[in-house]
Amino acid sequence: MSNAELQNKRDSKTSNKTQLAAIEGWMTTDGEARLVGGRGAETGSYFFPKNMAFSRNPSAPSEEIAEVHLSARGRVWSWTTNHYQPPAPYMPADPFVPYTVLAVELDEERMVVLGRLAPDCDPSTLTSGAEVEVERGVLYEDDDNQYMVWQWRPVATEAAR
Amino acid sequence: MSVGEVAVLGVGMHPWGKWGRNFVEYGVVAARAALADAEVDWRDIQFVAGGETVRNGYPGYVAGATFAQALGWQGAPVVSAYAACASGATALNAARAQILAGLCDVALVVGADTTPKGFLAPNAGERGDDPDWLRFRLLGATNPTYFGLYARRRMEQYGATPDHFAKVKVKNARHGLNNPYARFRKEVTIEDVNVSPMVSDPLRLLEICATSDGAAALVICSLDYARSRGVSNPVRIAAVSTVTPTYPNTVIEMPNFATDSAYGVPEPERTFRDSIAYAAYEQAGIGPEDVNLAEVYDLSTSLELDWYENIGLCAPGEAEQLLDSGATALGGRVPVNVSGGLASFGEAVPAQAIQQVCEITWQLRGQAEGRQVEGARVGLTVNQGLFGHGSCVIAKR
Repeated sequence: MSNAELQNKRDSKTSNKTQLAAIEGWMTTDGEARLVGGRGAETGSYFFPKNMAFSRNPSAPSEEIAEVHLSARGRVWSWTTNHYQPPAPYMPADPFVPYTVLAVELDEERMVVLGRLAPDCDPSTLTSGAEVEVERGVLYEDDDNQYMVWQWRPVATEAAR
Repeated sequence: MSVGEVAVLGVGMHPWGKWGRNFVEYGVVAARAALADAEVDWRDIQFVAGGETVRNGYPGYVAGATFAQALGWQGAPVVSAYAACASGATALNAARAQILAGLCDVALVVGADTTPKGFLAPNAGERGDDPDWLRFRLLGATNPTYFGLYARRRMEQYGATPDHFAKVKVKNARHGLNNPYARFRKEVTIEDVNVSPMVSDPLRLLEICATSDGAAALVICSLDYARSRGVSNPVRIAAVSTVTPTYPNTVIEMPNFATDSAYGVPEPERTFRDSIAYAAYEQAGIGPEDVNLAEVYDLSTSLELDWYENIGLCAPGEAEQLLDSGATALGGRVPVNVSGGLASFGEAVPAQAIQQVCEITWQLRGQAEGRQVEGARVGLTVNQGLFGHGSCVIAKR
């Protein structure tokens, strides 16, 4: 199955609630899950999150920034599992469940991006350099809506299904 | 680069703890202690630099004025500096620049904080354009999350073990036993560390610094002013580095979601953390081999090991070996965090970089009772905070 098909399957199986982005414009909201970044027209530098107003590359301060999809896959740079509930504005599950944050290297973009590990994945199987893929997941929900965020899933786990 | 030196005429602190009183009280205690140590009347101070606290309302934002008013208005100009964990060093640098420019002869530098319990949290409200707020909302990326990422990276890259990290805590707790200003003065074992609750895997509760109340202050002056006061051999500040990163900053840092992209641009010669100390060595005209002791920002145990490499005490990947050799313990070649470090203090943000300078000053004067580094001539402090802040101070005698 392609990334988009898998994502559709995941999106549809969760619930009948409306899915909204937890933050506007940081990732695709339908179809293939991709982070949305910015890219400088002159330098090719990538930026995440994107900022269309200015370039942060000092060699091209007035370059135009175009919206681009970042690579779907990257490699694990590091990770950590948090066992204590963070303060607001974190939206904890009740009861609190430990969660893992990954730092992922994107080869093409030559940058490291943070994101959560998909909650159903086991962090003890992670290794440095392992391939992971971005997907949409539920960050928190209320009575009507699910608020979606990007998360990373080890590619090997996907293959094993 | 040739940079002039300024003298440290007096140092003072209020003990670290969780006292729950107003930060101004602590600041006044520390300031008066520094003035007494310097034997300078407050009314003779010509410039006041305050390290800001952002957790105590408006008086915290205008810390320089707050302390000046609390000590009794006497007309001196003030500055208030906020630079996250480097706030105290940035206040020091503002005062030092005034002296080196000849705008004043003697200045007071004060940092004090009252901190809430638990994780440092972002400002309240719906702040969808504030990365410090968004990292909590979208990722649950607390400060220890970043520390955990660095610690795991050391394990993966260099083969560090949880016991190495625990040993840093054991060492610093032992150092802090004899520091009357430290908050935690209790010896711990590797076992104690390894059974404390997991916070941000692989880091446990005893490996992540607490938040504290506390205050530290310095009286600094021109070398001529020191001589005029009969102080012919003062501790001298030879360097204060407060550099920011150089694009592209390729190490993930608080409160960011991503590093800069290194696409199509050369990576800087040094990482940000490396560059903080490098700039100070350049100013002081010395190198890591000249350093007798260092106070490094051990926000976590594993970060202390990173600092060994960032300030050039050893090559990348050799910090565990340096720790195991005993070189960084009191009595070793280059003791690190003989004050007890953040492990024994807990962080009082705007005071902490000043506390580091107080410790180095006592050490270079030979007054660090119970934790003295024998024959210390050159000391270095270093720290890093969020939003691209960091500082390094080199003092000599």
